[in-house]
Amino acid sequence: MPANILVCVKQVMDPETPMSQFKIDGATKRVLDPQGVPPVLNGFDENAMEAALRIKENDGATVSVISIGNQFVMDVIKKPLSMGADELTLLQDDIFDGLDAFGTAKSLASAIQKMGDFDLILCGRQASDFDQAHVPLGIAEILGVPCITMASDVQVADGKVRVERKLPDGYEVLEATLPAVVTVSNELAPVRYPTLRNIMQASRKQPNSMSLSDIEIDAAALNGGLEIQDLYIPVSDVVCEFIEGEDEEDAGRKLALKLREAKLI
Amino acid sequence: MASNQTALVIGELTDTGSLDSITGELLAAASRVADNIECLLLGAGATEAGQQAIQLGATKVHASEDALLTNINVDAMVEAAHQAASQINPTIVLVGKTLVGRDLAPRLAFRFDVPLVQDCIDIAVDGEQVVATRPVYGGNALAKIACSKTPQVLTMRPKTFDPLPADASKSGEVVQISLNIDASVQRVSQVERITEEQEGEKLEEAKIVVAVGRGIADPANLPAFESLAKTMGAALGASRAVVDAGWLDHSYQVGLTGKSIAPELYLTWAISGASQHMAGCTNAKNIVAINKDPECNIFKESRFGVVGDWEKVLPGFAAMLSEMGVA
Repeated sequence: MPANILVCVKQVMDPETPMSQFKIDGATKRVLDPQGVPPVLNGFDENAMEAALRIKENDGATVSVISIGNQFVMDVIKKPLSMGADELTLLQDDIFDGLDAFGTAKSLASAIQKMGDFDLILCGRQASDFDQAHVPLGIAEILGVPCITMASDVQVADGKVRVERKLPDGYEVLEATLPAVVTVSNELAPVRYPTLRNIMQASRKQPNSMSLSDIEIDAAALNGGLEIQDLYIPVSDVVCEFIEGEDEEDAGRKLALKLREAKLI
Repeated sequence: MASNQTALVIGELTDTGSLDSITGELLAAASRVADNIECLLLGAGATEAGQQAIQLGATKVHASEDALLTNINVDAMVEAAHQAASQINPTIVLVGKTLVGRDLAPRLAFRFDVPLVQDCIDIAVDGEQVVATRPVYGGNALAKIACSKTPQVLTMRPKTFDPLPADASKSGEVVQISLNIDASVQRVSQVERITEEQEGEKLEEAKIVVAVGRGIADPANLPAFESLAKTMGAALGASRAVVDAGWLDHSYQVGLTGKSIAPELYLTWAISGASQHMAGCTNAKNIVAINKDPECNIFKESRFGVVGDWEKVLPGFAAMLSEMGVA
């Protein structure tokens, strides 16, 4: 029986944004959209998409995608469709602008309950803007299903999900009965490029739309009481001593001497 | 310090039942915001390890050696932590951002219907509030965050807080905590476990780490660095780009999604020092960088640097090591 898979994706600021374009608005305590640098799909979410599409290819599956936010750039957010997803739903509302992990997990869990029964929910392990790594665990907790994190391989068979994850000294294989949430890490690679055919099909597809009222959740419940008191770019007070020599090889020799002098070797 | 906070540290035990080092780090972090520091230890060895936790700053330890409480059974650990925290009623819960902690903490927070502040590198009291500092945007920025809901649940980044010196004169109770855990709570099972023996020094514990970046250009160049690491008695580390390229296994990765390390000397070769990488090594006591680009980010956090091609610098460096008798 083909699995019904949902992948959660997020549009984020490009993590390769140069520091010269990385600016903070002191009043709102938010990072400003960088000039001339378009947003991207969160890198780990692409790994999650790849995991879903491999299951679709090997065993058959329907791959639906959901994203929560407020200012979607269609080129970016439709990428899952270009990669081969069957359906895309955008959960969009003013209140989702800058929503934190607490509110995001609750909103997505409500949307998932409305959308239907999924066997497997796949997410990237963390988003490269806030690096919170806990929306998927929150979704699992709210839905009352098991969650396995940081998958480097995901297989579905006989009503179970089998996940390989790397450990500091090797790896382990974990198993859970579906339905389950699994987060995917970059070890699940390579991630496929969209095919021309899928890109063209995607451009013709309109995403489904949901808003706060559709997910029947109280706006107040989304507020976890977190206050960002300050957001700032740290200034390093380290001053680097550059070691020079007659040539690079000599600089290497002098560096070794310097480290010995500093009692570091 | 007069503080109205009661901290609960979710400590950890190693697979062999001794106190995991993260526990001491969490107790030190807790000491910055609370006088009353209770510690939860779950699993085989908890009672004995509890004595050590007292010496490291816990005012009271709650221990349970229930057979279901193992590092693999996170479902049971979450249930246990939830029951314990409900009994103890802390205002703040500190968990390590470790393999177990990063699965446990979010689920614990959502059970209490409170948010989680993840990966904190600093913590302080500001009047009645606890304010935590955490890196965001891969480490490009720092956020100071306060929470009005209790319990406040935070994970602390490993190797960021130095444990307090063990004080054998400290007294405190180690009590057995009564928990009601059923085997059926476990929904994730471990089907297979492969340990890959790593040669040489362990990355997380090495005093010296030699790290390589994508700029070494070719995996054929790795043996030169393996040899350097061996000569220096160092562990080998790598940036994410090296791991993504398949040149080294993920276990070598230092960075935000790799390991956080704090060696005495972090000697980097052709690593540019992107924020996500620096997130893993920022607590190194001395960072040294060799890189072709004088403007690259790593020099901003380095004590010593050489602007140059690693391929030319390395032979000179290695030759001098040999002359100095470093082996």
